[in-house]
Amino acid sequence: MTIPTLSIRNLHKSFANHEVLKGIDLDAHKGDVISILGASGSGKSTLLRCVNLLETPTSGDIWVNGELIQMKQDKKRGAIPVSSKQVERIRSRLAMVFQGFNLWSHMTVIENVIEAPVHVLAVPKKEAIAKAEAILQRVGLYEKKDYFPGQLSGGQQQRVAIARALAVEPDVMLFDEPTSALDPELVGEVLNVMHGLADEGRTMLVVTHEMSFARDVSSKVLFLHQGLVEEEGKPEIVFKNPSSERFKKFISSVY
Amino acid sequence: MLELQSYQTILLEGAWLTVQVALLSLLLAIFLGLLGALAKLSHSTILKGIATLYTTAIRGIPDLILMLLIFFGGQMLVNDLSYRLNGWLNEVAMHFIPTHQWSAFLPDYIDISPYFAGIITIGFIFGAYMAETFRGAIMSVEKGQLEAATAYGMNRYKIFTRVMFPQMMRHALPGIGNNWLVLLKTTALVSIIGLQDMVKIAGDAAGSTQKPFTFYLAVAFIYLFFTSVSTTFLKWAERKYTIRTR
Ligand SMILES: Nc1ncnc2c1ncn2[C@@H]1O[C@H](COP(=O)(O)OP(=O)(O)OP(=O)(O)O)[C@@H](O)[C@H]1O
Ligand SMILES: [Mg+2]
Repeated sequence: MTIPTLSIRNLHKSFANHEVLKGIDLDAHKGDVISILGASGSGKSTLLRCVNLLETPTSGDIWVNGELIQMKQDKKRGAIPVSSKQVERIRSRLAMVFQGFNLWSHMTVIENVIEAPVHVLAVPKKEAIAKAEAILQRVGLYEKKDYFPGQLSGGQQQRVAIARALAVEPDVMLFDEPTSALDPELVGEVLNVMHGLADEGRTMLVVTHEMSFARDVSSKVLFLHQGLVEEEGKPEIVFKNPSSERFKKFISSVY
Repeated sequence: MLELQSYQTILLEGAWLTVQVALLSLLLAIFLGLLGALAKLSHSTILKGIATLYTTAIRGIPDLILMLLIFFGGQMLVNDLSYRLNGWLNEVAMHFIPTHQWSAFLPDYIDISPYFAGIITIGFIFGAYMAETFRGAIMSVEKGQLEAATAYGMNRYKIFTRVMFPQMMRHALPGIGNNWLVLLKTTALVSIIGLQDMVKIAGDAAGSTQKPFTFYLAVAFIYLFFTSVSTTFLKWAERKYTIRTR
């Protein structure tokens, strides 16, 4: 077996006294597209945000390309990363696409896309622009490159956000409900782009309520319930023969 | 009018001094304002306390009184400090060289220049107002904007310079503009502690020519000119920043 691109072991996360994640294990190999499903409040976003340390795990280990994110115990603050340098470097390898897009509103589309390559990865600006233009072509927004995010529709903004993620050539792409904030008629354009990414072998972790995406596009499905993995497996198997009663209920309620 | 002409050069020199004092005070005020705002928004109770004390004191005491307090108080503080330092240096010297005679290593009396006292006072006063402006501006930056910067691997410095600062500035600009206009007018107070700014020069000229109205009217027009130029510039800057959003 090759080293997983992302590996999570026994991940716990508590907010004050509320334990949200109660021991999650997860492996993502290169090219895996993992859909994370679960009811509201089951801890899906928290799991995703722990991966790039937007939330600090209470305990557990995370490896990215075989490199362990070093944590230590602080008397006051609990578990904290040993090195913010390491965390920043690892974050720059993991690109996140947010439910609310979170494009930088004071920058144009192209500026958004070249920001991390130029200012985090130190790619020469000219090179970054050429690449960004190619990526924008591919998500169908080259014509909008000098617009500001506020001038675009939600679907267009989310496609720019995906372009921004692609521009750092991430090892893993993290999607947190990328279509939930969109009007129904705009969901398709974003899912199409994501489908294309899955087809070209990108490694993706996708929190979603889009069952069709989970079933037809992903290589693995993870169903969270109250901070634990309640069901997991290949979509063609778990959707046909769910072993968990809850997951059965969940899919029938969503359809 | 003849009187005005003979004082023209020196009055314009005073006006230039006013501009210098105003601009340097503004720099100091922006610096203190940013520090104050960050302190107020920090998690440390001590920092928060200091910042609150600072803004409450400034808001509750008239500018004129503050100016006099800082000028005379600062004078006393500096002289007291230099006196103590002298005493201490002499004791050390006596310890090593028994034959040492008392001497002033530092000057006994240091004169604070009204120029620096003015800049420090005005910067200090308006730093408190800027702190309020910046605090509001920082809080108005959406969390998601900073989270995206964090998620893409920016360090704290990059997050501040690339995202926080440009975004807060467009909220802070109107407030900074208002503070600047008031600050500019407050520079008139510096004449009280003896700075040869245009107000002081006009006052002196008024005394010797017996034409106070002429000279103060001239000063009024110069101030009006400065504030009008500033307002035009501010409008331009605000427009520039708003176009970039939507
Ligand atoms: N910063 C926080 N502080 C305190 N509690 C939090 C915080 N973030 C999340 N929680 C709590 O953790 C639990 C899981 O939240 P999370 O956002 O991970 O759920 P989710 O599965 O993504 O739900 P949804 O489908 O609604 O997005 C919830 O009970 C939530 O209230
Ligand atoms: Mg969520």
